[in-house]
Amino acid sequence: MNYPANIYESIKIVEKTRPMRAKEKFPLLSPDDKQALLNSFHPDFREDTLRALKVGASKGFKVPHEVANLLESRSRLNPADINLNTPDYEVDVLIIGGGGAGAAAALMAQAEGASVIITTKLRLGDANTMMAQGGIQAATKENDTPLLHYLDMLGGGGFQNKPDLVELLVKEAPLVMSWLESLGCMFDKDKDGIFATIHGGGTCRKRMHFARDYTGAEIMRTLRDEVRNRRIEVIEFAPAIELLLDDDGQCAGAVLMNLERGTYQVVKAKTTILSTGGFGRLHVGGFPTSNHYGATADGLVMAYRVGVKLVFMEATQFHPTGAAYPEQIVGLLVTEKVRGVGAQLVNALGEQFIYPLETRDVVSSGIIKECYARERGVTTPTGMKGVWLDSPLIDFIHGTGTVAKELPAMVRQYERYGIDIAKEPILIYPTLHYQNGGIEINPNCETIIPNLYASGEVSGGIHGRNRLMGNSLMDVLVFGRKAGLAAARKSKGIKIGPLNLNHLGLYEKELELVGVKTELVSPLLLPDYTPDIRHGGGIE
Amino acid sequence: MRQRMITIYIMGKPYEIPDGLTVMKAMEYTGHKFVRGCGCRGGFCGACGTVYRLPGDYKLKVGLACQMVAEEGMYLTMIPFYPANKALYDIEKVKPTLSGLVQLYPELSRCLGCRTCDKVCPQNLKVMDTMAAAMRGDIAKVANLSFDCIMCGLCASRCPAEIVQYYVSILCRRLYGKYIASKSFHLERRVAGISSGEYDAELLEMKVKDISEIKSLYNSRVIE
Repeated sequence: MNYPANIYESIKIVEKTRPMRAKEKFPLLSPDDKQALLNSFHPDFREDTLRALKVGASKGFKVPHEVANLLESRSRLNPADINLNTPDYEVDVLIIGGGGAGAAAALMAQAEGASVIITTKLRLGDANTMMAQGGIQAATKENDTPLLHYLDMLGGGGFQNKPDLVELLVKEAPLVMSWLESLGCMFDKDKDGIFATIHGGGTCRKRMHFARDYTGAEIMRTLRDEVRNRRIEVIEFAPAIELLLDDDGQCAGAVLMNLERGTYQVVKAKTTILSTGGFGRLHVGGFPTSNHYGATADGLVMAYRVGVKLVFMEATQFHPTGAAYPEQIVGLLVTEKVRGVGAQLVNALGEQFIYPLETRDVVSSGIIKECYARERGVTTPTGMKGVWLDSPLIDFIHGTGTVAKELPAMVRQYERYGIDIAKEPILIYPTLHYQNGGIEINPNCETIIPNLYASGEVSGGIHGRNRLMGNSLMDVLVFGRKAGLAAARKSKGIKIGPLNLNHLGLYEKELELVGVKTELVSPLLLPDYTPDIRHGGGIE
Repeated sequence: MRQRMITIYIMGKPYEIPDGLTVMKAMEYTGHKFVRGCGCRGGFCGACGTVYRLPGDYKLKVGLACQMVAEEGMYLTMIPFYPANKALYDIEKVKPTLSGLVQLYPELSRCLGCRTCDKVCPQNLKVMDTMAAAMRGDIAKVANLSFDCIMCGLCASRCPAEIVQYYVSILCRRLYGKYIASKSFHLERRVAGISSGEYDAELLEMKVKDISEIKSLYNSRVIE
């Protein structure tokens, strides 16, 4: 790679300090120092990123501006345009979203004897699940227990996680691993069947199971294959745009939009599961994102209009290691596994400045501080700042070939730009990665609206204010399965009355009443990256 | 500073774009708003398989639109979907053997050994060797060689024998994961422990503890 001179010189310094650093372990921060670092540098604590919601069940709660803008927008739908008396589909369980949570829910619901439809905005499997690289947490080893997993999650989440949800996750995690094994997921194991496991940020045991660095892809493609084998009906390119209620205020399905024709279809459902994922593509705080194209918070918007409560929406996860160079891949994720297998974080002067496996919020804050307060970042040609993730250290410690074996997706990613991460360090900066909060649920994945369930990133509470690596893949599977099972069982005893969209008018009145004037409509469905060239607009 | 502009041809039509963009961003720059052909934008989902030619070169090249940089004169189209034959099966009943594979994908034996699949794989996988292993019933080898497959479908789009390499491969990976890889005994033991309620009491106890006590347990826990 032909680096600009300043970057090249900094790489040389990093190389020089490498042998010395290989022997040094940077100390963990004390609890007080961690909190001080978060307060000063984490974007969640910057006053200008959040505002209080003016309407709805979580009125008064602070959320990022980008989320508030969508929640305080108007529906895409004029109820007068649509006939709710002749539904296009009738089904026991409607699953909105075709990622890991949706696919897991569908498999469980169908096995429970329910009729199931998955509807999804893009293709089945188009989801952040597909992109998760590093691993999945489960306490399966002898020296580990669900209790230690529980403790790690609480510590990572600022001790604010919902205990019942955490308990469910840590107890079901090994069962999910066993389920994945039975479906034929290929995890890294030795010849005796012992899973390879490593640390993630904030874990006290090596609990991260992985499938090379394609962990999410391996899980998602297996679930997708199974959904197809079981002939579950999937409607692709058909996002739900509003939820339906019946006269008793129960959730009763959704209105879908056909992305080709722009026409609507009505699905009447006894139970409805939202598994639409998170909000990465809203670019909260102006950050680049590691997220899938479809991560536009659609489910959150629909659910808020029918009256659900939101939790922890003020807490956004910035993954410490997003690509900062080359420009073409800015924001793309550099998996935490790189640190898990031994890479250190190093500033422009070749010095460590934070223990690489502190929790994600702490590491991100440390990097922002290093670049903007201590001014020890490396500046790229586009003016972005970043610090080094010293990937060659992995081979230095564990022997040549380790990087190639453990991180094939990362090697390939950088190879495309002429960078050999086994020989050259990776320039990184925090990237918007995960919606920590979301719709409030109980351990059955029920929301406060009868017959409406939520699972996966769209829900909140499991991870408190900050999720640990490897707990999102586990979350989508534990809660996706739970939602599918609970919704299928509930659907057996349900009668749905006449459908309505009255909540849309009521919500709009509420907006009017508090003086919100907006021309924006939501859900967003797809981000718009067409630059407004006439007005001098740039490129994403 | 004015950025250097280059010309690329998207489905035959020339467009001027700033130098240095990925093909995906270049297409967005020219006003293509994706519904198909765009997924994870990170090289994992296989939505944006793209074929192209460069001026004066007869050779067809491939890449992922989200990963490759647009070049002067690039003449391209995306292939976001390919009509491929996927066998439906019950993973509990398929045998992890050659006959198991051939029953579901009889076209496997039509492979001509032409290596066209190798040339169009944007992941640079050894696709033909993978199919050769499948024809020998070497499921473990297929699983390992194909592991980084993103199922974009470009191999199947060019295969003169009409094999769907990526579906054969996922079948083999699932068979390997289920039947050939050793079962994890430590996982089995843990699952039994959870099912018998071994961990219930200590979790219940932890759940009701005071936050300050949980904090001190967390801060004093040993990292192994």
